Amino acid sequence: MSELAAVALTRGEGRGPVVRLAEPVSFWGGVDLHGTIVDHFHPDVGTSLTGCVLVMSGGRGSSSASSVLAELIRTGKGPVAIVLEEGDAILALGAMVADELYGIVMPVVESGRLGDRLMTGDMVTVVSDIINGRASITL
Amino acid sequence: MLDGSEGEGVALAMRIVTGLARVRGAEELVEVTGAHIDSCLYHGRAGLDFAEKLVELGARVRIPTTLNVGSLDLIHPGTVRADEEHPDLLTAGRALMDAYVAMGARATFTCAPYQVDARPGLGEHVAWAESNAIVFANSVLGARTDRYGDFLDICAAITGRAPRAGFHLDEARRAAFVIDVSAVAPHRWDDSAWYAVLGHLLGGLAGQRVGAIVGLPSSTNEDDLKALGAAAASGGGVGLFHAVGVTPEAPTLEAVVAQEDPEVHVFVDADLVAARRGLCTADGSRIDAISLGTPHASLTEIKALAEEVERTATVVADGVTAYVSTGRGVLALADAADLVEPLKAAGFTFVVDTCTYLVPILPEGTRVVMTNSGKWAHYAPGNLGIDVVLGSLVECVAAAGAGRVALDV
Repeated sequence: MSELAAVALTRGEGRGPVVRLAEPVSFWGGVDLHGTIVDHFHPDVGTSLTGCVLVMSGGRGSSSASSVLAELIRTGKGPVAIVLEEGDAILALGAMVADELYGIVMPVVESGRLGDRLMTGDMVTVVSDIINGRASITL
Repeated sequence: MLDGSEGEGVALAMRIVTGLARVRGAEELVEVTGAHIDSCLYHGRAGLDFAEKLVELGARVRIPTTLNVGSLDLIHPGTVRADEEHPDLLTAGRALMDAYVAMGARATFTCAPYQVDARPGLGEHVAWAESNAIVFANSVLGARTDRYGDFLDICAAITGRAPRAGFHLDEARRAAFVIDVSAVAPHRWDDSAWYAVLGHLLGGLAGQRVGAIVGLPSSTNEDDLKALGAAAASGGGVGLFHAVGVTPEAPTLEAVVAQEDPEVHVFVDADLVAARRGLCTADGSRIDAISLGTPHASLTEIKALAEEVERTATVVADGVTAYVSTGRGVLALADAADLVEPLKAAGFTFVVDTCTYLVPILPEGTRVVMTNSGKWAHYAPGNLGIDVVLGSLVECVAAAGAGRVALDV
């Protein structure tokens, strides 16, 4: 078992299989309400993000991604955690609002280059504590 | 505000603002003097729950606040159909737009609030959402907004605060790289579609970085910059670009670059032509529809369209639908200038308050659409399941009349 340290952006715990994307996806316009990537220009088009630990280098695209993510969290079609090499406020906000409205927590963490060690299919647990600002990703 | 002494609505809004400050590593908040809200577009129940919770808690905006597009055209009922993905689109979408107006935001319902009177000045701190509006405010007006999104936008309007981070800071506004288009044939810049193509290239290079473009003509106008910024923002994470000698923060290259020897990318005509081809997903020459006005058409763009239609005596062909999306404020001005009725008589359909790639407006069975917008070309295939051709205004009008497309390279 190995544990990677990360920065906590939103609180919570999530466990699931890693889906590592070749490039960032915009949740608005790029992911449908079933949690599937529909962006025709995206190399991972057709991939389902439901129940995964989503790993990507950063955020992307329209600021409406916060709403789409919050809705995916509400319906249970979204990732269980998001690991970003570089943090993204838009995604963090979607998770924060789902937390405020429904009490559903979905950790968003910033891993830096350590995120490179996570491969699609790896089963990981993400734990994120915004009080001390620290998060961990355990393989 | 956090302790509830200004009400629970303000406290909730302040929790979101301070939560974002934590994420952005900002130790302070900045006072913002205007807001532009994107949260009024329906993406599902969560967004409506958030707005209705704020209304229920008594929250109201405390700064001048405009609204971006909603899910319905409230001036032309029946324009938008419900769809399978959102069977409650028409009712919930309407409720969402109403909730934001109930909190005191102006019912502008446009992605181009800068075309009416929301024009913050050089250096003015605001909280704007929606990717093209953010880029326009920062780049063309020289105002200062970070890339705000849904939820934060209304919270900034309620509290009058945003994190002091990102584009609010001088150092984040300097260019990390340069694009040189001096070698591009001057005639390209006669049509904003080529600015959109340039924007798409900028977005691909930039990621979230700031670029400075050298070599654009001094005739570059706001409509051109709007098209460039919108395409750049949809193709990447662009929130600010500089056009040397054109945009207000960049009188010279030296004024905006972050270091002495920045990376320089030279683009020539062949690069623009190839990029335009890359944005076209259709093969063959048949088209079912054209869509203009993404971001919302300005008064000058509607005038240019009217003039081109008159010049060519174009009538939209049978079996083709031709849409022009704009803000209700601009539509009123265009109508007063006698531009609207002749275009409608020629077969054009005006859409306000919303946009043709966001919600079901195009007729069912539409397969191929031509547009002069890089942003529309980027999003529509995924959103609508259609193929797209990107062309100039002249090419789009010709295609509307012929039902077929032939591009001038």
